[in-house]
Amino acid sequence: MIVKLLSGDTPRSPVLAVILLAILVALAFAPFLFPGVRSVDTAARICIFIVLVASYDLMLGYGGIVSFAHTMFFGMGAYGVALASTHMGRGFDAVAVGALSGALLAAAIAFLIGLFSLRVRAIFFAMITLAVASAVAVLVSQLSGLTGGEDGLSFQTPRALTPAFRFGDELFGVRLNGRLLAYYLIFGVSLILFLLMLRVVNSPFGRVLQAIRENDFRAEAIGYRVVGYRVTVTCLSAFIAALAGALYAIWLRYVGPDTVLSFDIMVDILLMVVIGGMGTMYGAVIGAALLVLAQNYLQALMGMAAGAVAGLPVLPELMNADRWLLWLGVLFVLSIYFFPTGIVGRLRQRRQGRAAQGR
Amino acid sequence: MSRVILETHDLTVRFGGHVAVDAVTCAFRAGELTAIVGPNGAGKTTYFNLISGQIPVSAGRVVLNGRDITRDSVAHRTRAGIGRAFQLTNLFPNLSVLENVRLVIQSKAGLGYRLLSMASGHSEVTDKAVAILDRVRLYEKRAQLVSELSHGDQRKLEVALLIALDPAVYMFDEPTAGMSVDEAPVVLDLIADLKAQKDRTILLVEHKMDVIARLADRIIVLHNGALAADGDPAEVIASDVVQEAYMGKELTDV
Repeated sequence: MIVKLLSGDTPRSPVLAVILLAILVALAFAPFLFPGVRSVDTAARICIFIVLVASYDLMLGYGGIVSFAHTMFFGMGAYGVALASTHMGRGFDAVAVGALSGALLAAAIAFLIGLFSLRVRAIFFAMITLAVASAVAVLVSQLSGLTGGEDGLSFQTPRALTPAFRFGDELFGVRLNGRLLAYYLIFGVSLILFLLMLRVVNSPFGRVLQAIRENDFRAEAIGYRVVGYRVTVTCLSAFIAALAGALYAIWLRYVGPDTVLSFDIMVDILLMVVIGGMGTMYGAVIGAALLVLAQNYLQALMGMAAGAVAGLPVLPELMNADRWLLWLGVLFVLSIYFFPTGIVGRLRQRRQGRAAQGR
Repeated sequence: MSRVILETHDLTVRFGGHVAVDAVTCAFRAGELTAIVGPNGAGKTTYFNLISGQIPVSAGRVVLNGRDITRDSVAHRTRAGIGRAFQLTNLFPNLSVLENVRLVIQSKAGLGYRLLSMASGHSEVTDKAVAILDRVRLYEKRAQLVSELSHGDQRKLEVALLIALDPAVYMFDEPTAGMSVDEAPVVLDLIADLKAQKDRTILLVEHKMDVIARLADRIIVLHNGALAADGDPAEVIASDVVQEAYMGKELTDV
């Protein structure tokens, strides 16, 4: 049953399996294990980024396609929900219409970019996505009548997802309100989308993608029209990224260029997929969990460390909470240096190394 | 005479001012194994690339079963029945041996766009792939990554992929290049088996005269990109002109 849910793609490393299980349990019971607005907010972000990063891995790690427009697709889903909720009034119908039309628009744009650039060379795709993403970001901040410009849009989500909605008193000290429902909506949809992507990479289609990544010349010579597969995976990836964006909008009840379209998010996605391990799907889980946690708690952690070493020379300066980005950078460089194949790649390697010795 | 399967009409490609393949008109029939010979740089591999579509033609046509495929993509030609094994081994290095063959069978079965079924669930694909690995004597190594295989085994797998594709036209480009004396016969026997099926058209670029003498029904000679001779193996090999001018060193080696 579990193997089937995972599409036969098991972690293949006991350590990895334990880590993944811990992340799953932590996310599944986050509102009860870590009560508090901030920690639940972090858990929701982790769920959403897992989907977003996994959808990027689908394209980069399996399809071998570099894109810089992933935040744009993410933003399309988010703005879809925001615009639909603003104009249709709050409700699940608005959320569904917004998410779906955002996702379809993202897929359509991915299709156009892919059709024009993937025929030639994958590198053109990277450059064109960069150009289109920048153009769209500018467009969104300029069209303030429609998008709210730099200020973004605040909107109302369905009543059942707001803190004002109560469906009971308390359970293990946690208030049973719409925020809890919103969290579980995000968790559930994220889990389904992740398992769906895990299935896709283990399907015949996924195998063709791996073949194309390995040797596109030969893939073509055994009868696979490479451009068709590349365009398809790009559309699928954009579609799922937009759905992740829709979830983000539902969670924040706000969209703005800095929150859902900024290039910083693109850099985060790249870091997460590389740190976690490209072409593994599970890498997205670990990368997203690690980085979102670091972004949210590294600052606080360093504040504590700075307090602990107060009075010593230099050290408090280094540990200053404002230096957290520096340490994040150090963390990144170290992880690339020690885990060039990502954390998942590294864990699986160790297992294989041991198996080889055992033979 | 059996049916014509593949024809090239005035097939030409120019790279800048250099004419690499020069107006080659030739027809290949079902059940016939044609060896293509000529000195290095004569345009043999380029001629192959034009037929299978890796290089666009400058002029002329490629016709398969009466249909003009000159403008078709490599993938379309492959599905139409043109199969190619490469001179320089050209596989999927970080996938297993079995997965390499499975990919070909999966392509033939048209399963490439199945997104929601499990690849490992298509047991008919796996079974066929296993049977082919058995035939090329790579079954024991099916779980290994291709990058871990010896050169000879990679050459065998290269041939196995073509057999898995089972096209109407088989194109072998020096299939035994760099193989040891023990390994080469395995590949040659496989080609002989294919030939025995009678309905397959086989094109073979080869330097070794003993191989040609054993397998070829017909020899064509390319020189400076142009068709210099075409005919019965014994005649072509015997002709002095071909011996001295066109085969050069390779012939006297044997």
